[in-house]
Amino acid sequence: MSGLVASKLTCIKRDRVLFEDLSFQLLPGQLIYLRGPNGAGKTSLLRILSGLSQPQSGSLLWQGNPLGEDWFTSLIYIGHKAGINGTLSPLENLQFWCAQHKVSFNEDNLYDVLALVGLVGMEDVPCRTLSAGQLRRAALARLWLKQADVWILDEPFTALDTRGVAQLEDKMCEHVGNGGAVLTTSHQTLSHRAGGYQTFDLEYRF
Amino acid sequence: MSGMYEGVFKRDLALAFRQKAELVQPLMFLLMVVTLFPLGIGPGPDTLQRIGPGVIWIAAILSSLLGMERLFRDDFADGSLEQLQLSGQPYYAVAALKVLCHWLVTFIPLLLLSPLLALFLNLTVDMYIALVLTLMLGTPLLSLVGAIGTGLTVGLQRGGVLLALLLIPVFIPLLIFATSAVDAAALQLPYRAQIAIIGAMLLLAMALAPAAIAYSLKVSQN
Repeated sequence: MSGLVASKLTCIKRDRVLFEDLSFQLLPGQLIYLRGPNGAGKTSLLRILSGLSQPQSGSLLWQGNPLGEDWFTSLIYIGHKAGINGTLSPLENLQFWCAQHKVSFNEDNLYDVLALVGLVGMEDVPCRTLSAGQLRRAALARLWLKQADVWILDEPFTALDTRGVAQLEDKMCEHVGNGGAVLTTSHQTLSHRAGGYQTFDLEYRF
Repeated sequence: MSGMYEGVFKRDLALAFRQKAELVQPLMFLLMVVTLFPLGIGPGPDTLQRIGPGVIWIAAILSSLLGMERLFRDDFADGSLEQLQLSGQPYYAVAALKVLCHWLVTFIPLLLLSPLLALFLNLTVDMYIALVLTLMLGTPLLSLVGAIGTGLTVGLQRGGVLLALLLIPVFIPLLIFATSAVDAAALQLPYRAQIAIIGAMLLLAMALAPAAIAYSLKVSQN
């Protein structure tokens, strides 16, 4: 089996069943748009699929194997928390992130990527002085740095301006076109720029 | 391995030196507490010498609790820990490296400050040597065991007091053996046994704590 296969996942938070026996598959070349009302468990599902938290029951397989180092080298996860340290500059944040994720980089390359996501002139200022949208852009710069098969993005469009949204949709479309897989949630619908996508609905359960 | 060094060790050191206030505060606290004792108890040299080792150790434990929260708090709050957990690096090694970094920036200054404290409290040279030995073996133990508690409480809103309540009882054996070693040194008795026991506790913690810290951090993410 290729891709990410989840079978019979159950997640319980504070005595409320968010989802039960949920089976899910993410194949190369697929863009899946996860929808659901607030509190339906979208973030919980994404965290379980990425390997950050454990489901109550159920199993996860990546290319036929349980999630291991192989999975982490082919994953970019960007959650609600940007993972950007406010004391360090965007450049340092990306440098340290690349080192942690064993991504080879050189400084020129990082400057180029930061320019691409619209952070020219902000490379060396502490991140706590950036606006919410700029922080989000610094976090999303990772998509240009790491060659990963799977992107799991939790509300990636939050705080982005229209140009940023369009740029990210183009990038997702390109990634899917190259045989990558994207799983994303958003409360605004994806536009045509993102290319063809499948939706997956999560219902709110009482 | 170079990724670990560049991405975790150098990052944490860079962050520590950029937030100097956070580094200096526990140290100032320690210095204040130790200076309060001669003022409160009276400057009798014999009394000070008797209580000195205990005072320094208790102050070290309390000040380490002050700085302990810093270990994972910011990285947890801004999501850097999530990214580290998903980096594919062995998480116990990440935890061990973070603790090493924390020990270097918290306790090395304390060791450097210790001659001054010994002078305040009228410790003899023998007592001071024993004190430094116990501090060198005991403070990494404080960092390692403290990090397990910090990992468990990092997701809580007001974890600070709970952390102290969790950790202080755990540090009691260390305090007993450390002060008894210094007392033995004051009486010119051998204190190898106490040092050996602290060393054994440290080795045990070095072997088991990194895995426990990694696990506690994963539990906090859930």
